[in-house]
Amino acid sequence: MLFGLHWNLSSNWAFAASIVPILLHGLVVTVEATVLGFLLALTLGLLLALLRTVPLKIIAWPVAFVIEFVRDTPLLVQLYFLYFVLPDFGITMPAFLTGTIALGVQYSAYTSEVYRAGLEAVPRGQWEAARALNLTTLRTYRDVIVPQAIPRIVPAMANYLISIMKDTPILSAVTVMEMLNVAKIIGDRTFRYMIPLTIVGILFLIFTLLSSMAVRYLESRLPRQGIPLK
Amino acid sequence: MDTLSKLLPSLLQGLEVTVWITLASTLIGAVLSFAAGIAKISRSRALRLLAGLYIEVFRGTSLLVQLFWLYYALPVIGLRLSPEVAGVAGLSLNIGAYGAEVVRGAILAVDPGQYEAATALNFTPRQTLWRVLLPQAVVEMMPTFGNLAIQNLKDSALVSLISLVDLTFKADQLRNLTLKTVPILGLTLVLYFVLALAIAAGMRFLERRLALAAGRGEAR
Repeated sequence: MLFGLHWNLSSNWAFAASIVPILLHGLVVTVEATVLGFLLALTLGLLLALLRTVPLKIIAWPVAFVIEFVRDTPLLVQLYFLYFVLPDFGITMPAFLTGTIALGVQYSAYTSEVYRAGLEAVPRGQWEAARALNLTTLRTYRDVIVPQAIPRIVPAMANYLISIMKDTPILSAVTVMEMLNVAKIIGDRTFRYMIPLTIVGILFLIFTLLSSMAVRYLESRLPRQGIPLK
Repeated sequence: MDTLSKLLPSLLQGLEVTVWITLASTLIGAVLSFAAGIAKISRSRALRLLAGLYIEVFRGTSLLVQLFWLYYALPVIGLRLSPEVAGVAGLSLNIGAYGAEVVRGAILAVDPGQYEAATALNFTPRQTLWRVLLPQAVVEMMPTFGNLAIQNLKDSALVSLISLVDLTFKADQLRNLTLKTVPILGLTLVLYFVLALAIAAGMRFLERRLALAAGRGEAR
């Protein structure tokens, strides 16, 4: 029994059918961690991307180093670091929150590159034209640069959203009850690992196939010339 | 400094395992990448389907799910894998599926004129692939392969969760034993970072040599 739901061991099919609702409890946690981690990655990534373009090298270089360091070290070890080190400094929080932060931090290193590449891909002539028209920096960004960068940034971000979802099982290492952990516990208690783990694999596959189709559709629908922010 | 000198030898033992697991799975993954990437564009429908299925399944599910499946689920049907075999197999299959798309993309990106010239010279499909398309495509693949190799190094930390005693496992074990959390996990992160830098440098070297061999790069 898990989450107050029982499993049925009478046959393989009955077992599979009885554990799907239990696994869906885990799926909810998986989706929550994915969405929160993604939002954090989007925000933190933007901050890092902006800090990296600061003309002061004393700020830009350390930020570039941090991005590189976070990108080149495993999410699992970063997660352990946050989970076990933060309490030493008196910061205690639920494992779910620590896991979400670890996901967000790791992926902010990737998203910051997406922002940078997206902004750099806007032709130089656009900057020069905005300058020639005497637009303020704010208006240049808001009305010229960002609208053209969006169609390049959105599909890349959507792909990272899918990657984040595939990385959420790592949170099971710090006791977060996401889908894989739920499947593992069902396996530990029934000695039947094959069925729950296969169902989890299938659920992931369904989700990623659907979302990559959605990304392709999104990519084909985004206007190349840009999206006005008004 | 004292703690550092006590911790380092133990972590280095784990590092050794991480290095060979990463090397083995990157090499096997590269072979799988070429096999599946080439199969995906072959003329045989069955091969294309098989390769497509492999790529979608391993790219579409989570690596940790794959590792758990190999380690916990397979014994149920009588196939008991050691953590080493399950770990290397899982990492190779996973990175191979990502690499296959790189191989396929790079072969398709070779200038169509090259393919036409090979046909005009009456090359067999095999000769066209091995002597014309692949030598040029390999150079294009290298930067992405470098990223995948680093990805694989990072992913290798997950084998600690199927009780393979790698760097991450050692670090977690030491942390449990000594409770010196900050130096142990900090040092572990640094070791991974150094490994990643080493891989990046190695791949850049390989990239240059291959570009020279293909007559692309400028002599230095």
